Amino acid sequence: MEIDPFIFRFSIFILAIFVGYYVVWSVTPSLHTPLMSVTNAISSVIIVGAIIAALASSSNNIFEISNIFGFLAIVLASVNIFGGFLVTQRMLQMYKKKKKIKK
Amino acid sequence: MISANLSAVFYLISGILFILALRGLSSPETSRQGNLFGILGMIIAITVTFLTVGNFSIAMNYVLLFLLIGGAIGAFIAFKIPMTAMPELVAGFHSLVGLAAVFVAISAFLNPQAFNLGIPGDIKLASLIEMSIGAAVGAITFSGSIIAFLKLRGIMSGSPITFIGQHLFNLILGISIAVLIYFLCSTQSEIFFWGMILISFLIGILLIIPIGGADMPVVISMLNSYSGWAAAGIGFTLENTALIITGALVGSSGAILSYIMCKGMNRSFFSVILGGFGGDSKTSKEDKKDQKPVKSGNAEDAAFLLKNASSVIIVPGYGMAVAQAQHALREMVDVLKKNDTKVSYAVHPVAGRMPGHMNVLLAEANVPYDEVFELDEINNDFANTDVAFVIGANDVTNPVAKTDPQSPIYGMPVLDVEKCKSVLFVKRSLSPGYAGVDNELFYRENTMMLFADAKKMTEDIVKNI
Repeated sequence: MEIDPFIFRFSIFILAIFVGYYVVWSVTPSLHTPLMSVTNAISSVIIVGAIIAALASSSNNIFEISNIFGFLAIVLASVNIFGGFLVTQRMLQMYKKKKKIKK
Repeated sequence: MISANLSAVFYLISGILFILALRGLSSPETSRQGNLFGILGMIIAITVTFLTVGNFSIAMNYVLLFLLIGGAIGAFIAFKIPMTAMPELVAGFHSLVGLAAVFVAISAFLNPQAFNLGIPGDIKLASLIEMSIGAAVGAITFSGSIIAFLKLRGIMSGSPITFIGQHLFNLILGISIAVLIYFLCSTQSEIFFWGMILISFLIGILLIIPIGGADMPVVISMLNSYSGWAAAGIGFTLENTALIITGALVGSSGAILSYIMCKGMNRSFFSVILGGFGGDSKTSKEDKKDQKPVKSGNAEDAAFLLKNASSVIIVPGYGMAVAQAQHALREMVDVLKKNDTKVSYAVHPVAGRMPGHMNVLLAEANVPYDEVFELDEINNDFANTDVAFVIGANDVTNPVAKTDPQSPIYGMPVLDVEKCKSVLFVKRSLSPGYAGVDNELFYRENTMMLFADAKKMTEDIVKNI
Protein backbone atom coordinates (compact mmCIF):
# COMPACT_ATOMS: atom_id res chain seq x y z
CA MET A 1 0.00 0.00 0.00
CA GLU A 2 1.42 3.30 -1.07
CA ILE A 3 0.38 6.58 0.47
CA ASP A 4 -0.68 9.25 -1.95
CA PRO A 5 1.82 12.15 -1.84
CA PHE A 6 -1.20 14.41 -1.48
CA ILE A 7 -1.66 13.06 2.03
CA PHE A 8 1.86 14.11 2.92
CA ARG A 9 1.27 17.61 1.64
CA PHE A 10 -2.04 17.72 3.40
CA SER A 11 -0.32 16.71 6.65
CA ILE A 12 2.18 19.53 6.21
CA PHE A 13 -0.71 21.90 5.58
CA ILE A 14 -2.61 20.92 8.71
CA LEU A 15 0.50 21.01 10.89
CA ALA A 16 1.39 24.44 9.49
CA ILE A 17 -2.07 25.69 10.42
CA PHE A 18 -1.39 24.63 13.99
CA VAL A 19 2.03 26.25 13.97
CA GLY A 20 0.44 29.40 12.59
CA TYR A 21 -2.24 29.32 15.25
CA TYR A 22 0.23 29.24 18.13
CA VAL A 23 2.73 31.61 16.58
CA VAL A 24 0.13 34.24 15.75
CA TRP A 25 -1.42 34.15 19.22
CA SER A 26 1.99 35.01 20.59
CA VAL A 27 2.22 38.12 18.44
CA THR A 28 1.85 41.22 20.58
CA PRO A 29 -1.31 43.19 19.69
CA SER A 30 0.66 46.37 19.12
CA LEU A 31 2.35 44.66 16.16
CA HIS A 32 -0.82 43.48 14.47
CA THR A 33 -0.47 45.93 11.59
CA PRO A 34 3.09 44.82 10.78
CA LEU A 35 1.82 41.24 11.11
CA MET A 36 -0.69 41.89 8.36
CA SER A 37 1.84 43.52 6.07
CA VAL A 38 4.42 40.80 6.59
CA THR A 39 1.95 37.98 6.03
CA ASN A 40 1.06 39.82 2.87
CA ALA A 41 4.66 39.83 1.79
CA ILE A 42 5.27 36.17 2.52
CA SER A 43 2.09 35.00 0.85
CA SER A 44 3.57 36.47 -2.32
CA VAL A 45 5.87 33.45 -2.37
CA ILE A 46 3.24 32.50 -4.92
CA ILE A 47 5.76 34.13 -7.26
CA VAL A 48 7.35 30.68 -7.35
CA GLY A 49 4.40 29.47 -9.41
CA ALA A 50 4.50 32.59 -11.52
CA ILE A 51 8.17 32.06 -12.40
CA ILE A 52 7.55 28.44 -13.39
CA ALA A 53 4.62 29.56 -15.53
CA ALA A 54 6.60 32.34 -17.18
CA LEU A 55 9.60 30.17 -17.98
CA ALA A 56 7.66 27.18 -19.25
CA SER A 57 8.24 26.78 -22.95
CA SER A 58 6.32 24.37 -25.08
CA SER A 59 7.36 26.17 -28.24
CA ASN A 60 9.86 28.83 -29.29
CA ASN A 61 7.42 31.58 -28.52
CA ILE A 62 8.24 32.87 -25.05
CA PHE A 63 5.08 34.95 -24.99
CA GLU A 64 2.44 32.30 -25.23
CA ILE A 65 -0.74 33.16 -23.40
CA SER A 66 0.15 31.00 -20.39
CA ASN A 67 3.57 32.67 -20.17
CA ILE A 68 1.97 36.09 -20.26
CA PHE A 69 -0.19 35.24 -17.27
CA GLY A 70 2.99 34.10 -15.55
CA PHE A 71 4.75 37.37 -16.30
CA LEU A 72 1.77 39.38 -15.06
CA ALA A 73 1.69 37.36 -11.86
CA ILE A 74 5.41 38.03 -11.40
CA VAL A 75 4.82 41.77 -11.54
CA LEU A 76 1.92 41.61 -9.07
CA ALA A 77 3.72 39.34 -6.65
CA SER A 78 6.94 41.32 -6.73
CA VAL A 79 5.10 44.58 -6.00
CA ASN A 80 3.85 42.78 -2.94
CA ILE A 81 7.14 41.22 -1.92
CA PHE A 82 9.15 44.41 -2.08
CA GLY A 83 6.31 46.64 -0.90
CA GLY A 84 5.31 44.29 1.91
CA PHE A 85 8.73 43.67 3.39
CA LEU A 86 9.89 47.26 3.03
CA VAL A 87 6.79 48.82 4.56
CA THR A 88 6.99 46.29 7.41
CA GLN A 89 10.60 47.24 7.98
CA ARG A 90 9.68 50.90 7.91
CA MET A 91 6.99 50.37 10.52
CA LEU A 92 9.10 48.21 12.78
CA GLN A 93 11.83 50.82 12.72
CA MET A 94 9.42 53.23 14.37
CA TYR A 95 8.73 51.10 17.43
CA LYS A 96 11.04 52.45 20.08
CA LYS A 97 11.37 51.91 23.78
CA LYS A 98 11.15 54.68 26.28
CA LYS A 99 14.39 56.61 26.61
CA LYS A 100 15.61 57.09 30.12
CA ILE A 101 14.87 60.69 30.96
CA LYS A 102 17.38 62.23 33.30
CA LYS A 103 16.78 65.54 34.89
CA MET B 1 19.49 22.67 -12.50
CA ILE B 2 19.05 21.06 -9.12
CA SER B 3 17.13 17.94 -8.22
CA ALA B 4 13.51 18.01 -7.14
CA ASN B 5 14.41 16.59 -3.74
CA LEU B 6 17.01 19.22 -3.05
CA SER B 7 14.70 22.03 -4.06
CA ALA B 8 11.98 20.58 -1.82
CA VAL B 9 14.40 20.80 1.10
CA PHE B 10 15.11 24.43 0.28
CA TYR B 11 11.41 25.22 0.02
CA LEU B 12 10.99 23.67 3.46
CA ILE B 13 13.76 25.92 4.78
CA SER B 14 12.09 29.01 3.40
CA GLY B 15 8.81 27.87 4.96
CA ILE B 16 10.58 27.63 8.33
CA LEU B 17 12.09 31.08 7.86
CA PHE B 18 8.59 32.44 7.29
CA ILE B 19 7.45 30.87 10.57
CA LEU B 20 10.39 32.58 12.28
CA ALA B 21 9.40 35.86 10.66
CA LEU B 22 6.01 35.72 12.34
CA ARG B 23 7.54 34.44 15.55
CA GLY B 24 9.75 37.54 15.66
CA LEU B 25 6.69 39.74 15.95
CA SER B 26 6.07 38.55 19.50
CA SER B 27 8.00 41.59 20.67
CA PRO B 28 9.19 44.78 18.98
CA GLU B 29 12.83 43.97 19.81
CA THR B 30 12.88 40.72 17.86
CA SER B 31 10.56 41.91 15.11
CA ARG B 32 13.15 43.52 12.85
CA GLN B 33 15.23 40.37 12.89
CA GLY B 34 12.07 38.41 12.11
CA ASN B 35 11.45 40.53 9.06
CA LEU B 36 14.97 39.75 7.83
CA PHE B 37 14.22 36.03 8.21
CA GLY B 38 11.19 36.59 6.03
CA ILE B 39 13.23 38.35 3.36
CA LEU B 40 15.84 35.59 3.46
CA GLY B 41 13.13 32.95 3.07
CA MET B 42 11.79 34.75 0.04
CA ILE B 43 15.23 35.04 -1.57
CA ILE B 44 15.83 31.33 -1.05
CA ALA B 45 12.45 30.40 -2.54
CA ILE B 46 12.95 32.54 -5.63
CA THR B 47 16.56 31.45 -6.22
CA VAL B 48 15.71 27.79 -5.85
CA THR B 49 12.87 28.17 -8.33
CA PHE B 50 15.22 29.67 -10.89
CA LEU B 51 17.68 26.83 -10.37
CA THR B 52 14.98 24.17 -10.52
CA VAL B 53 13.48 25.40 -13.74
CA GLY B 54 17.00 25.78 -15.09
CA ASN B 55 15.78 27.52 -18.20
CA PHE B 56 18.22 30.37 -18.62
CA SER B 57 16.99 31.38 -22.04
CA ILE B 58 15.90 34.81 -23.16
CA ALA B 59 12.70 34.37 -21.15
CA MET B 60 14.80 34.56 -18.01
CA ASN B 61 15.73 38.15 -18.80
CA TYR B 62 12.09 39.04 -19.03
CA VAL B 63 11.39 37.37 -15.71
CA LEU B 64 14.09 39.45 -14.07
CA LEU B 65 12.88 42.57 -15.83
CA PHE B 66 9.30 42.11 -14.65
CA LEU B 67 10.51 41.26 -11.18
CA LEU B 68 12.44 44.51 -11.07
CA ILE B 69 9.53 46.53 -12.43
CA GLY B 70 7.21 45.11 -9.78
CA GLY B 71 9.87 45.49 -7.13
CA ALA B 72 10.47 49.13 -8.01
CA ILE B 73 6.77 49.90 -7.86
CA GLY B 74 6.49 48.08 -4.52
CA ALA B 75 9.51 49.84 -3.03
CA PHE B 76 8.25 53.20 -4.22
CA ILE B 77 4.87 52.63 -2.58
CA ALA B 78 6.46 51.35 0.61
CA PHE B 79 8.54 54.50 1.07
CA LYS B 80 5.91 56.99 -0.01
CA ILE B 81 2.84 55.74 1.77
CA PRO B 82 1.80 57.76 4.84
CA MET B 83 1.21 55.65 7.93
CA THR B 84 -2.40 56.78 8.16
CA ALA B 85 -3.02 55.04 4.84
CA MET B 86 -1.86 51.61 6.03
CA PRO B 87 -5.34 50.03 6.01
CA GLU B 88 -5.94 50.76 2.36
CA LEU B 89 -2.37 49.80 1.47
CA VAL B 90 -2.81 46.40 3.09
CA ALA B 91 -6.16 45.95 1.34
CA GLY B 92 -4.52 46.86 -1.95
CA PHE B 93 -1.70 44.38 -1.38
CA HIS B 94 -4.21 41.64 -0.59
CA SER B 95 -5.87 42.23 -3.91
CA LEU B 96 -2.53 41.73 -5.68
CA VAL B 97 -1.91 38.39 -3.97
CA GLY B 98 -5.41 37.31 -4.94
CA LEU B 99 -4.98 38.29 -8.57
CA ALA B 100 -1.54 36.69 -8.74
CA ALA B 101 -3.09 33.45 -7.48
CA VAL B 102 -5.74 33.66 -10.19
CA PHE B 103 -3.13 34.26 -12.88
CA VAL B 104 -0.96 31.37 -11.75
CA ALA B 105 -4.00 29.10 -11.72
CA ILE B 106 -4.99 30.22 -15.23
CA SER B 107 -1.49 29.65 -16.44
CA ALA B 108 -1.42 26.17 -14.90
CA PHE B 109 -4.73 25.41 -16.51
CA LEU B 110 -3.59 26.52 -19.96
CA ASN B 111 -0.19 24.90 -19.81
CA PRO B 112 -0.36 22.01 -17.33
CA GLN B 113 2.75 20.32 -18.73
CA ALA B 114 4.91 23.03 -17.22
CA PHE B 115 3.73 21.98 -13.79
CA ASN B 116 3.58 18.21 -14.44
CA LEU B 117 -0.17 18.21 -14.07
CA GLY B 118 -1.03 16.40 -17.30
CA ILE B 119 -1.90 17.85 -20.69
CA PRO B 120 -4.61 20.37 -21.63
CA GLY B 121 -7.96 18.59 -21.68
CA ASP B 122 -6.60 15.83 -19.47
CA ILE B 123 -5.46 17.47 -16.25
CA LYS B 124 -5.22 15.32 -13.15
CA LEU B 125 -8.46 15.47 -11.21
CA ALA B 126 -6.88 16.43 -7.89
CA SER B 127 -4.84 19.19 -9.52
CA LEU B 128 -7.90 20.50 -11.27
CA ILE B 129 -9.81 20.75 -8.00
CA GLU B 130 -6.86 22.36 -6.23
CA MET B 131 -6.29 24.95 -8.91
CA SER B 132 -10.00 25.73 -9.10
CA ILE B 133 -10.16 26.35 -5.38
CA GLY B 134 -7.01 28.45 -5.54
CA ALA B 135 -8.40 30.47 -8.43
CA ALA B 136 -11.83 30.92 -6.85
CA VAL B 137 -10.50 32.03 -3.47
CA GLY B 138 -7.93 34.21 -5.20
CA ALA B 139 -10.61 35.89 -7.28
CA ILE B 140 -12.79 36.51 -4.22
CA THR B 141 -9.77 37.96 -2.41
CA PHE B 142 -9.00 40.20 -5.36
CA SER B 143 -12.40 41.78 -5.93
CA GLY B 144 -13.25 41.85 -2.22
CA SER B 145 -10.01 43.66 -1.43
CA ILE B 146 -10.62 46.15 -4.21
CA ILE B 147 -13.97 47.05 -2.64
CA ALA B 148 -12.37 47.23 0.81
CA PHE B 149 -9.67 49.46 -0.65
CA LEU B 150 -12.22 51.80 -2.23
CA LYS B 151 -14.18 52.02 1.00
CA LEU B 152 -11.12 52.67 3.13
CA ARG B 153 -9.80 55.22 0.69
CA GLY B 154 -13.15 57.00 0.84
CA ILE B 155 -13.71 56.65 -2.91
CA MET B 156 -16.71 54.51 -2.07
CA SER B 157 -19.04 55.35 0.79
CA GLY B 158 -18.45 53.41 3.99
CA SER B 159 -22.17 52.80 4.34
CA PRO B 160 -23.34 49.27 3.82
CA ILE B 161 -24.95 48.59 0.46
CA THR B 162 -27.72 46.05 0.81
CA PHE B 163 -30.53 44.80 -1.37
CA ILE B 164 -33.35 42.38 -0.90
CA GLY B 165 -32.41 38.75 -1.27
CA GLN B 166 -28.72 39.56 -1.09
CA HIS B 167 -27.76 36.62 1.07
CA LEU B 168 -29.82 34.22 -0.96
CA PHE B 169 -28.20 35.55 -4.12
CA ASN B 170 -24.73 35.10 -2.64
CA LEU B 171 -25.63 31.60 -1.58
CA ILE B 172 -26.80 30.74 -5.09
CA LEU B 173 -23.58 32.13 -6.55
CA GLY B 174 -21.58 30.12 -4.04
CA ILE B 175 -23.37 26.94 -4.99
CA SER B 176 -22.96 27.69 -8.67
CA ILE B 177 -19.18 27.84 -8.18
CA ALA B 178 -19.25 24.35 -6.73
CA VAL B 179 -21.41 23.18 -9.63
CA LEU B 180 -19.09 24.76 -12.19
CA ILE B 181 -16.07 23.10 -10.58
CA TYR B 182 -17.92 19.80 -10.78
CA PHE B 183 -18.61 20.26 -14.49
CA LEU B 184 -15.07 21.46 -15.06
CA CYS B 185 -13.74 18.26 -13.54
CA SER B 186 -16.03 16.00 -15.49
CA THR B 187 -15.67 17.69 -18.89
CA GLN B 188 -12.31 19.52 -18.61
CA SER B 189 -13.93 22.23 -20.67
CA GLU B 190 -12.40 25.68 -20.53
CA ILE B 191 -15.71 27.52 -20.41
CA PHE B 192 -16.50 26.26 -16.92
CA PHE B 193 -13.10 27.39 -15.69
CA TRP B 194 -13.60 30.96 -16.92
CA GLY B 195 -17.19 31.01 -15.68
CA MET B 196 -16.13 29.94 -12.24
CA ILE B 197 -13.49 32.69 -12.05
CA LEU B 198 -15.97 35.33 -13.19
CA ILE B 199 -18.55 34.33 -10.61
CA SER B 200 -15.86 34.34 -7.93
CA PHE B 201 -14.98 37.93 -8.80
CA LEU B 202 -18.64 38.80 -8.48
CA ILE B 203 -18.96 37.09 -5.08
CA GLY B 204 -15.97 39.00 -3.77
CA ILE B 205 -17.69 42.27 -4.59
CA LEU B 206 -21.05 41.22 -3.19
CA LEU B 207 -19.50 39.91 0.01
CA ILE B 208 -17.86 43.19 0.94
CA ILE B 209 -20.35 45.86 -0.19
CA PRO B 210 -22.86 45.19 2.63
CA ILE B 211 -20.20 45.60 5.32
CA GLY B 212 -20.02 49.00 6.98
CA GLY B 213 -16.99 51.16 7.72
CA ALA B 214 -16.72 50.23 11.38
CA ASP B 215 -16.41 46.55 10.52
CA MET B 216 -13.42 47.16 8.27
CA PRO B 217 -10.92 45.72 10.76
CA VAL B 218 -12.71 42.39 10.47
CA VAL B 219 -12.95 42.60 6.69
CA ILE B 220 -9.28 43.36 6.27
CA SER B 221 -8.29 40.48 8.54
CA MET B 222 -10.68 38.17 6.74
CA LEU B 223 -9.26 39.06 3.34
CA ASN B 224 -5.79 38.51 4.80
CA SER B 225 -6.93 35.03 5.69
CA TYR B 226 -8.43 34.41 2.24
CA SER B 227 -5.22 35.46 0.51
CA GLY B 228 -3.49 32.78 2.57
CA TRP B 229 -5.95 30.03 1.65
CA ALA B 230 -5.64 31.01 -2.02
CA ALA B 231 -1.86 30.68 -1.80
CA ALA B 232 -2.25 27.30 -0.11
CA GLY B 233 -4.60 26.11 -2.87
CA ILE B 234 -2.03 27.04 -5.49
CA GLY B 235 0.64 25.44 -3.30
CA PHE B 236 -1.16 22.10 -3.54
CA THR B 237 -1.43 22.44 -7.31
CA LEU B 238 2.27 23.17 -7.64
CA GLU B 239 3.16 20.60 -4.99
CA ASN B 240 5.26 23.26 -3.33
CA THR B 241 5.92 23.04 0.41
CA ALA B 242 6.91 26.68 0.86
CA LEU B 243 3.59 27.82 -0.59
CA ILE B 244 1.56 25.31 1.41
CA ILE B 245 3.24 26.29 4.70
CA THR B 246 2.95 29.99 3.96
CA GLY B 247 -0.66 29.70 2.91
CA ALA B 248 -1.52 27.88 6.11
CA LEU B 249 0.34 30.44 8.23
CA VAL B 250 -1.27 33.43 6.57
CA GLY B 251 -4.66 31.79 6.52
CA SER B 252 -4.65 31.07 10.23
CA SER B 253 -3.11 34.44 11.02
CA GLY B 254 -5.93 36.28 9.27
CA ALA B 255 -8.52 34.06 10.89
CA ILE B 256 -7.14 34.77 14.37
CA LEU B 257 -7.07 38.50 13.71
CA SER B 258 -10.68 38.38 12.52
CA TYR B 259 -11.59 36.56 15.71
CA ILE B 260 -9.80 39.13 17.88
CA MET B 261 -11.52 41.98 16.04
CA CYS B 262 -14.96 40.39 16.36
CA LYS B 263 -14.36 39.85 20.05
CA GLY B 264 -13.32 43.48 20.41
CA MET B 265 -16.73 44.44 19.08
CA ASN B 266 -18.64 41.64 20.77
CA ARG B 267 -20.06 40.61 17.43
CA SER B 268 -20.13 37.19 15.87
CA PHE B 269 -18.09 36.71 12.74
CA PHE B 270 -21.25 35.62 11.00
CA SER B 271 -23.13 38.82 11.73
CA VAL B 272 -20.22 40.89 10.44
CA ILE B 273 -20.19 38.93 7.19
CA LEU B 274 -23.92 39.31 6.76
CA GLY B 275 -23.28 43.02 7.02
CA GLY B 276 -25.66 45.93 7.12
CA PHE B 277 -24.28 47.19 10.43
CA GLY B 278 -23.05 50.75 10.90
CA GLY B 279 -22.19 53.12 8.13
CA ASP B 280 -22.05 56.85 7.99
CA SER B 281 -24.32 57.17 11.03
CA LYS B 282 -27.28 59.23 10.05
CA THR B 283 -29.71 57.61 12.45
CA SER B 284 -31.20 59.21 15.54
CA LYS B 285 -28.88 62.17 15.48
CA GLU B 286 -31.31 64.95 16.13
CA ASP B 287 -33.86 63.56 18.54
CA LYS B 288 -31.78 63.31 21.70
CA LYS B 289 -29.39 66.15 21.30
CA ASP B 290 -31.37 68.93 22.85
CA GLN B 291 -32.77 67.02 25.76
CA LYS B 292 -29.65 66.59 27.80
CA PRO B 293 -27.19 69.26 28.81
CA VAL B 294 -23.67 68.98 27.52
CA LYS B 295 -20.71 70.71 29.05
CA SER B 296 -18.40 72.02 26.41
CA GLY B 297 -15.13 73.83 26.79
CA ASN B 298 -12.33 75.38 24.83
CA ALA B 299 -8.61 74.78 24.59
CA GLU B 300 -7.91 76.98 27.61
CA ASP B 301 -10.20 75.00 29.87
CA ALA B 302 -8.68 71.77 28.66
CA ALA B 303 -5.16 73.09 29.18
CA PHE B 304 -6.05 74.11 32.70
CA LEU B 305 -7.39 70.65 33.54
CA LEU B 306 -4.43 68.90 31.99
CA LYS B 307 -1.91 71.16 33.69
CA ASN B 308 -3.35 70.39 37.09
CA ALA B 309 -3.65 66.66 36.50
CA SER B 310 -1.01 64.34 37.88
CA SER B 311 -2.01 61.46 35.65
CA VAL B 312 -3.52 61.39 32.17
CA ILE B 313 -4.63 58.53 29.96
CA ILE B 314 -4.99 59.20 26.27
CA VAL B 315 -7.56 57.24 24.28
CA PRO B 316 -6.90 57.56 20.53
CA GLY B 317 -9.30 56.44 17.83
CA TYR B 318 -9.92 56.59 14.13
CA GLY B 319 -10.62 60.34 14.31
CA MET B 320 -7.01 60.90 15.30
CA ALA B 321 -5.87 59.14 12.14
CA VAL B 322 -8.24 61.16 9.98
CA ALA B 323 -7.08 64.45 11.47
CA GLN B 324 -3.40 63.32 11.39
CA ALA B 325 -3.26 64.50 14.98
CA GLN B 326 -0.72 61.97 16.29
CA HIS B 327 2.27 64.32 16.10
CA ALA B 328 0.45 67.22 17.75
CA LEU B 329 -0.69 64.79 20.41
CA ARG B 330 2.87 63.69 21.11
CA GLU B 331 3.91 67.34 21.49
CA MET B 332 1.14 67.85 23.99
CA VAL B 333 2.27 64.81 25.94
CA ASP B 334 5.86 66.06 25.94
CA VAL B 335 4.75 69.29 27.51
CA LEU B 336 2.72 67.42 30.09
CA LYS B 337 5.62 65.17 30.92
CA LYS B 338 7.86 68.15 31.55
CA ASN B 339 5.22 69.08 34.06
CA ASP B 340 5.76 65.71 35.78
CA THR B 341 2.41 64.39 34.68
CA LYS B 342 2.19 60.64 34.23
CA VAL B 343 0.87 59.92 30.74
CA SER B 344 -0.10 56.62 29.19
CA TYR B 345 -2.08 55.59 26.13
CA ALA B 346 -5.00 53.17 26.02
CA VAL B 347 -5.67 51.39 22.75
CA HIS B 348 -8.86 49.45 22.16
CA PRO B 349 -8.52 46.37 19.91
CA VAL B 350 -10.84 47.82 17.26
CA ALA B 351 -9.67 51.43 17.42
CA GLY B 352 -8.95 52.49 13.85
CA ARG B 353 -9.59 50.65 10.64
CA MET B 354 -7.28 47.69 11.01
CA PRO B 355 -5.73 45.63 13.80
CA GLY B 356 -2.96 47.60 15.51
CA HIS B 357 -3.66 50.74 13.49
CA MET B 358 -3.33 53.11 16.47
CA ASN B 359 -0.12 51.53 17.67
CA VAL B 360 1.57 52.17 14.34
CA LEU B 361 0.44 55.79 14.28
CA LEU B 362 1.66 56.40 17.81
CA ALA B 363 4.95 54.71 17.00
CA GLU B 364 5.25 56.98 13.98
CA ALA B 365 4.86 59.98 16.27
CA ASN B 366 7.75 58.61 18.37
CA VAL B 367 5.60 57.46 21.24
CA PRO B 368 7.56 54.71 23.01
CA TYR B 369 5.65 51.43 22.70
CA ASP B 370 5.94 50.73 26.41
CA GLU B 371 3.69 53.69 27.15
CA VAL B 372 0.92 52.23 25.01
CA PHE B 373 -1.37 49.73 26.70
CA GLU B 374 -4.07 47.32 25.62
CA LEU B 375 -7.59 47.36 26.97
CA ASP B 376 -7.08 44.66 29.63
CA GLU B 377 -3.79 46.10 30.80
CA ILE B 378 -5.04 49.59 31.49
CA ASN B 379 -8.75 49.40 32.14
CA ASN B 380 -8.39 49.28 35.91
CA ASP B 381 -6.20 52.38 35.94
CA PHE B 382 -8.91 54.78 34.82
CA ALA B 383 -10.37 54.93 38.31
CA ASN B 384 -7.07 56.28 39.67
CA THR B 385 -6.49 58.75 36.89
CA ASP B 386 -7.22 62.45 36.85
CA VAL B 387 -7.95 63.07 33.19
CA ALA B 388 -8.89 60.84 30.28
CA PHE B 389 -8.18 62.53 26.96
CA VAL B 390 -10.35 60.91 24.30
CA ILE B 391 -9.23 61.89 20.84
CA GLY B 392 -11.06 60.52 17.84
CA ALA B 393 -12.50 57.49 19.64
CA ASN B 394 -16.18 57.15 20.38
CA ASP B 395 -18.01 53.82 20.53
CA VAL B 396 -15.15 52.15 22.36
CA THR B 397 -15.68 54.47 25.33
CA ASN B 398 -19.46 54.30 25.49
CA PRO B 399 -20.64 53.18 28.95
CA VAL B 400 -23.93 52.09 27.40
CA ALA B 401 -22.16 48.91 26.33
CA LYS B 402 -22.02 47.96 30.00
CA THR B 403 -25.40 49.18 31.18
CA ASP B 404 -28.05 48.97 28.51
CA PRO B 405 -28.93 45.50 27.24
CA GLN B 406 -31.08 47.13 24.53
CA SER B 407 -28.13 48.86 22.94
CA PRO B 408 -26.66 47.35 19.77
CA ILE B 409 -23.21 47.60 21.26
CA TYR B 410 -24.19 46.01 24.58
CA GLY B 411 -21.52 43.59 25.76
CA MET B 412 -18.75 45.10 23.72
CA PRO B 413 -15.65 45.51 25.86
CA VAL B 414 -15.14 49.26 26.40
CA LEU B 415 -12.57 51.47 28.03
CA ASP B 416 -13.84 52.69 31.41
CA VAL B 417 -12.97 56.33 30.77
CA GLU B 418 -15.98 57.58 32.75
CA LYS B 419 -14.24 56.43 35.93
CA CYS B 420 -11.63 59.14 35.58
CA LYS B 421 -12.04 62.32 37.60
CA SER B 422 -12.62 64.22 34.40
CA VAL B 423 -12.93 63.30 30.76
CA LEU B 424 -11.88 65.52 27.87
CA PHE B 425 -13.59 64.44 24.70
CA VAL B 426 -12.24 65.88 21.46
CA LYS B 427 -14.82 65.52 18.73
CA ARG B 428 -16.19 67.59 15.93
CA SER B 429 -19.85 67.25 16.89
CA LEU B 430 -22.21 65.30 19.08
CA SER B 431 -22.98 62.84 16.32
CA PRO B 432 -22.98 59.19 17.28
CA GLY B 433 -20.13 56.92 16.24
CA TYR B 434 -20.12 54.26 13.57
CA ALA B 435 -22.39 52.00 15.52
CA GLY B 436 -25.03 54.73 15.28
CA VAL B 437 -25.37 54.78 19.06
CA ASP B 438 -25.50 57.95 21.08
CA ASN B 439 -22.58 58.11 23.50
CA GLU B 440 -23.85 58.51 27.04
CA LEU B 441 -20.46 59.80 28.04
CA PHE B 442 -21.16 63.14 26.37
CA TYR B 443 -23.76 64.00 28.99
CA ARG B 444 -21.87 63.00 32.08
CA GLU B 445 -21.07 65.47 34.81
CA ASN B 446 -17.34 64.91 34.57
CA THR B 447 -17.13 65.11 30.77
CA MET B 448 -16.04 68.20 28.94
CA MET B 449 -16.60 68.20 25.21
CA LEU B 450 -14.02 69.93 23.05
CA PHE B 451 -15.71 70.55 19.74
CA ALA B 452 -12.99 70.95 17.15
CA ASP B 453 -10.77 69.20 14.70
CA ALA B 454 -8.56 66.85 16.70
CA LYS B 455 -5.29 68.23 15.38
CA LYS B 456 -6.21 71.87 15.77
CA MET B 457 -7.56 71.40 19.27
CA THR B 458 -4.45 69.53 20.39
CA GLU B 459 -2.22 72.27 19.00
CA ASP B 460 -4.28 74.93 20.76
CA ILE B 461 -4.04 73.08 24.04
CA VAL B 462 -0.25 72.93 23.71
CA LYS B 463 -0.20 76.70 23.25
CA ASN B 464 -2.29 77.18 26.36
CA ILE B 465 -0.48 74.92 28.76
